[in-house]
Amino acid sequence: MHTQTIAQLARGLKNRDFSSVELTEACLARIRQHNPALNCYISLTEEAALAEARAADARIASGQAEPLTGIPIAQKDIFCTEGVRTSCGSRMLDSFIAPYDATIVSRFRAAGSVMPGKLNMDEFAMGSSNETSFYGPVKNPWNLQTVPGGSSGGSAAAVAAGLAPGATGTDTGGSIRQPASFCGITGIKPTYGRCSRWGMIAFASSLDQAGPMARTAEDCALMLQVMAGFDPKDSTSVDVPVPDYAGALNASLDGLRIGLPREFFEAGLDPAIEQLIRAAVAEYRKLGATVSEISLPNMPLSVPAYYVVAPAECSSNLARYDGVRFGHRCANPADLPDLYTRSRGEGFGAEVKRRILMGTYALSAGYYDAYYLKAQKVRRLISDDFQQAFRSVDVIMGPTAPSVAFGLGEKSDDPVSMYLSDIYTIGVNLAGLPGLSLPAGFCAGLPVGLQLIGNYFSEARLLNLAHRYQQVTDWHTRQPTL
Amino acid sequence: MSLSIENVNRIAWLARLAIDADKVEAYAHDLSGILDFVARLEDVDTSAVKPMAHPLEQIQRLRPDLPTEPDQRQHFQRIAPRVEAGLYLVPKVIE
Repeated sequence: MHTQTIAQLARGLKNRDFSSVELTEACLARIRQHNPALNCYISLTEEAALAEARAADARIASGQAEPLTGIPIAQKDIFCTEGVRTSCGSRMLDSFIAPYDATIVSRFRAAGSVMPGKLNMDEFAMGSSNETSFYGPVKNPWNLQTVPGGSSGGSAAAVAAGLAPGATGTDTGGSIRQPASFCGITGIKPTYGRCSRWGMIAFASSLDQAGPMARTAEDCALMLQVMAGFDPKDSTSVDVPVPDYAGALNASLDGLRIGLPREFFEAGLDPAIEQLIRAAVAEYRKLGATVSEISLPNMPLSVPAYYVVAPAECSSNLARYDGVRFGHRCANPADLPDLYTRSRGEGFGAEVKRRILMGTYALSAGYYDAYYLKAQKVRRLISDDFQQAFRSVDVIMGPTAPSVAFGLGEKSDDPVSMYLSDIYTIGVNLAGLPGLSLPAGFCAGLPVGLQLIGNYFSEARLLNLAHRYQQVTDWHTRQPTL
Repeated sequence: MSLSIENVNRIAWLARLAIDADKVEAYAHDLSGILDFVARLEDVDTSAVKPMAHPLEQIQRLRPDLPTEPDQRQHFQRIAPRVEAGLYLVPKVIE
């Protein structure tokens, strides 16, 4: 069963080929078998999952099933799950049992899906390789010596290895798309505000967005249908109607205008990846699209602007971890400042500390205008570039990442080189646009992702474009041997 | 832009973050590298650009000023490191 997509599994459940309990047991057995080598899951919730599966079977029998009823969907450990440890990949929250469910989690519960466990991730979602997790790195199932990408590395590796048919992710600078690319799966970062952030542990509030990760665009459409929608509890949630994502999958691509940004194909991109991306674009031409070159002149500024905005917001968001109300508390504090500084010093890992320090500096007296305000201005320039491009094209295509999955430890000593692995994804977050990564081939045995970028609230169109490509190619059906 | 050890210690104090003494130099090195990297923002003329705080230019939504949350103090304090009589305990602040 681990080779099937969510859509196939849903049909199997509907036709009573197998029950949700059988499916869940098979999923848990596979996790027990392969998780020790891959380290995708931080926590397993076996008993609760089987109880949910039994409830799902009853719901299916009563004819009340929804598309995801009875399907195992694993949650990134950034989403609060009531009564279950929600660690965010950090020692700070190693013993944190969330007292409530994130809206995204509640929505999956209401849809009747089954949660097998919580997925590994970079600490507080700060990383591009899953190596900053307190629980150790996740391994890429295509090659255990390489990283799965990050920060949603556990989600991507679990889906690729068949340890969950679908998983949630979050994307602040590329954290859904880059691991989807590295692990050969499909993932979409929706428009900022499309999915609720309530109960999703905050990293950079003006950039964070949740999204689905699965094998196919069709599966992502089924998951996004559950995840998207207005939430009064999230002040940045956007009240825009949610379209029928699955219903739009087969729309025609006739007359589709594709733009290829010059800046995505310059030095720094692996030539073998460029070849695969151009081959994928040629496939879209055959499906009726026209292609033109465009320019996003401020693209090279996106990574530097991001590494001011994101750390600044992170330093502010992570101020709540003070050792007083929840989370790690140091032993025998001498006084209140000692309690704060030592609890935080012991609870956070090196990359999180680096970003808190960077953000604190950028926001400190005398530097705010030079860094944060400046970056917010550059952010508008980057966003304006995209809007200019969308006057002449419907979708922007390019690589998701400049390389395939890199080796474990290869970039961990050089923060800036690690940051540059998100060079093609970060601008999308700064502009708040939706972006999707889908498998488009292999380079040296490792998956390569094609990135689709659309205008605000064009998720249905992006999923449609990805689905049509997946109807005429089979990259998304390849699975690693474990 | 190069940060000194004193700079890093000062920022760490502002962030209420304990840094091991033997690692301060490494942080100074890394942060200086990141600051050099973001310094390229200075080359862009943004004198006529309005800073962008929200991608969709959305403003803060308001709701009626009515209580929406029930009292869950006990529930939330169950995960606190130290509580007593419904209060969070910290080291003595005033002698």
